[in-house]
Amino acid sequence: MSTFVYMTRCDGCGHCVDICPSDIMHIDKLIRRAVNIEPNFCWECYSCVKACPQNAIDVRGYADFAPMGHKVRVLREEEKGVISWKIKFRNGHMKSFVSPITTKPWGKYIPKLAEKDVPNKDAHDNNRLYGEPTYLKTGKVPVSDTGVPLMAKIGKLKQGVYY
Amino acid sequence: MITVNPFVDNVLQIAPAYIQGFLILMVIFTVGGVILDMMHKKNVKFFFNNAKKAKLSATKSVSTGEKAAIIVKTLAHDVATSAEFCGVTRRITHLLGMYGTILFWVSSAVMIFSASSTSTIYPMLWHIGAIMTCVGGYWFWFIQRVDVRAEGNNWSRIVFADLFVLSLVTTSTFGLLWSYFQSANSNGLATLFFIMFVISNVALFGGVYWSKFAHMFYKPGAAIQKHLAEADGSRDDLPEPADLPKQFGLGIKRSEPQNY
Repeated sequence: MSTFVYMTRCDGCGHCVDICPSDIMHIDKLIRRAVNIEPNFCWECYSCVKACPQNAIDVRGYADFAPMGHKVRVLREEEKGVISWKIKFRNGHMKSFVSPITTKPWGKYIPKLAEKDVPNKDAHDNNRLYGEPTYLKTGKVPVSDTGVPLMAKIGKLKQGVYY
Repeated sequence: MITVNPFVDNVLQIAPAYIQGFLILMVIFTVGGVILDMMHKKNVKFFFNNAKKAKLSATKSVSTGEKAAIIVKTLAHDVATSAEFCGVTRRITHLLGMYGTILFWVSSAVMIFSASSTSTIYPMLWHIGAIMTCVGGYWFWFIQRVDVRAEGNNWSRIVFADLFVLSLVTTSTFGLLWSYFQSANSNGLATLFFIMFVISNVALFGGVYWSKFAHMFYKPGAAIQKHLAEADGSRDDLPEPADLPKQFGLGIKRSEPQNY
């Protein structure tokens, strides 16, 4: 239940090695192609699958995501800002999805945290993450007495990813 | 030196028939190694199974003419220009190594089997090929190799994966040194480097089964299969490109990997 690499497609570029949050995508010592060295530590985040420019990485997904014998394939198109998904079930039935990577021009609106003031002690000891009210816009959201956002009063959220 | 056929009047005065026999032996090693490699790794079986699966999920039929056009295009683009490599420098080293090796092998065969020829073209191609292989090979070996660039190992640390690249560059290097010292009438060193050249060739062609030598045969096959799958609509089960306009342009092209 983890990622695996089609050796005939992989060119050993290392995008998957760079992006893997578990550090389990490595370059094979013998053939210098990508390999998942610790399949049981793979949590199927799909980072490497999406990052692979050769579409050489596939995933054997968990049965609660799609029935056994299925195939999940991903196509990332940065210039369009979308990721397309195709799930092929073992009976040949297919489902396709398209989801946005971002809805803003690439590289803009990224918070420049290095230029911000260092958090004071109160902010440091607070349960909230630094910059959370600003960047998640929680400051604008009405909260209950216990600090839980009152989602019903927010109205319709826009689609997409916002920085 | 560059216009002299080093196989003629070689330092050990080996008769052309023996050198020709050695070359034929290397070809036998290569063919045998590739066949054993195919049997062990089951590459061909994988390709045929993949082709069968692709046929089942094909959405349109591709005519023989279209298939031939795809194969020619793939050979001209993907194979001839090493188009699969993402990194520019990695691609340059591969191209230098690939074309250098082809020049070196073809001119070697011509010079060995037409030893009486006085043409200076093939000796020149032999030396240029060897130099190209050395430039590409050592650039890869000292700088671009994943063990050095990403894992921080010393360039001198040799692992089994280096069998192919190392035997390739040593063959070219010892070939050049042998040719140089033979032209300079330095018989001792010429003999030494000739023996090293022979040993490197045995390691290169005799090690086909254990090295990644066979990639030069199955990689083009994989590229052709990939493009045929795109043409017949099976696309290796990848989604169709989204029917959306390009919103953000090429300026957001993914960043180059930092380590490889």
